[in-house]
Amino acid sequence: MTTPAPITESRVTAPASDAAAVAALSIDGVSHSYGARRALMDVSFNVAPASFTALLGLNGAGKSTLFSLITRLFGIQSGRVSIFGHDISRAPGEALRLLGVVFQQRTLDLDLSLTQNLLYHAALHGIGRREAAARAAELLGRIGLTDRAASKVRDLSGGQMRRLEIARALLHRPRLLLLDEPTVGLDVKARADIISHVRQLVSEQGIGVLWATHLFDEITASDDLVVLHQGKVLAKGAVARVLSEAGAQDVNSAFMRLTGAQTMPGGGA
Amino acid sequence: MSSITAQDSRAHHAPRGFSLSEYMTCLAGIVWREGLRFLHQRERFVSALVRPLVWLFIFAAGFRQVLGISIIPPYETYILYEVYIAPGLMAMIQLFNGMQSSLSMVYDREMGNMRTLLVSPLPRWFLLFCKLLAGTAVSLLQVYAFLLIAWFWDISPPPFGYLTVLPALILSGLMLGSLGMLISSGIKQLENFAGVMNFVIFPMFFASSALYPLWRVQEGSPYLYYLCQANPFTHAVELIRFAFYGQVNWISLAVVATCTIVFMIGAIYAYDPSRGLARRGPAGGEG
Repeated sequence: MTTPAPITESRVTAPASDAAAVAALSIDGVSHSYGARRALMDVSFNVAPASFTALLGLNGAGKSTLFSLITRLFGIQSGRVSIFGHDISRAPGEALRLLGVVFQQRTLDLDLSLTQNLLYHAALHGIGRREAAARAAELLGRIGLTDRAASKVRDLSGGQMRRLEIARALLHRPRLLLLDEPTVGLDVKARADIISHVRQLVSEQGIGVLWATHLFDEITASDDLVVLHQGKVLAKGAVARVLSEAGAQDVNSAFMRLTGAQTMPGGGA
Repeated sequence: MSSITAQDSRAHHAPRGFSLSEYMTCLAGIVWREGLRFLHQRERFVSALVRPLVWLFIFAAGFRQVLGISIIPPYETYILYEVYIAPGLMAMIQLFNGMQSSLSMVYDREMGNMRTLLVSPLPRWFLLFCKLLAGTAVSLLQVYAFLLIAWFWDISPPPFGYLTVLPALILSGLMLGSLGMLISSGIKQLENFAGVMNFVIFPMFFASSALYPLWRVQEGSPYLYYLCQANPFTHAVELIRFAFYGQVNWISLAVVATCTIVFMIGAIYAYDPSRGLARRGPAGGEG
């Protein structure tokens, strides 16, 4: 590292009246091990409301473990996770209400129709049938699948399933959206569609997004970036800042330098 | 929800808890989905029906001559062997269904559907309870379909028996479902389910009063008799048997109710994120 000052989140620290001061997602000193294997070590970062934060890491970096902790599949061993100030261990209901998730694995009922999948999810959030049907129809329209509403999910393409999963994650109007490698296995066009759709959610609806990926080209200069490697956060902050501090021209080389510095002390910048 | 802490009071969105109608919507949604899935799995329904019918039509017919049934409560006359085993077969339907629901939870966990359920903001105990109720509702459909066919085979209790057996079936369905759920929390993969068949379903079914009255067992082997007495499945069968004739077997009721509570608490504990699943390492795609 060339700069003495630690890299910090650019937007969260900006002074603001009330709402903006609370991070959409706050990960504070989180560690996790599976027996002797340490999957996460003292991970801390924030996702600001209405921001697109890319969580960049190779397979095995700890991204899915982190997602499992945020979604309460695993209990938190140490540290603290909160969503808009609600601690997920102490007030899980309030926290999960504000959270939408798209998991890496497909989690749709393949034999149920698109609408049925959406209605089931709405019910899980306590949204009444009439309201749920209206929201489902609206979201299906937005992802361009209105005419497929009654088809079985099994008959959709991979990209359509992903769009449906994103629509489902938005059904209860969360303020924070987590996506775990959502474009894996999709073709170029479907990938581009999904990325632009999610970016639109950030800019138009002010949703905070945490987008886990190992694909450098999904990150743009205006994003926030968290680099996770072997369970540790190597860098975080606005992309431009991470790049300048790593002395790199693009995310790819910044990542190589950061992780290279990790494994080869004295190397890198 | 827990009390509002200093941390929470900073929250952007104030906590508001959940209303009764939100709970009910969630329950209805989970039961509805389970019903839809059941309708889509016709083979499951057919095999759930064929299994007890094979026992009734073939096994019971052959066994009728071998095993004489004396008059024991709740029966007031001599009965055919078919009539004797009918309650055991009802319980068997529920046993298989309970284990199959647990199979679907393992499958769901592999497929990730369980994750969708568990990120619902409603309390986790409630979600699991809904899942149990949904599984029990499906088992009731199976049992009544079986009873309809069995009626043509002269399994005809007093008409009100069809009504009085319902609460017994709900309770036994919940007990067997929560046992399945408890077991499912310990199963990592689908393949292990064959082990559940061998080590749970068959011993529970055979070491019970489903196929033979316990006094008969006692004549043969006192130890087996005690084992049967200690088997919760025996009490599920007896609860159903008595309820089918409009009576209550209080001991069985107490045992089944207690076991239901214990299994349910165990299952909820096992699915608690800070305990059960957490120790078991990554589920599915690790990254």
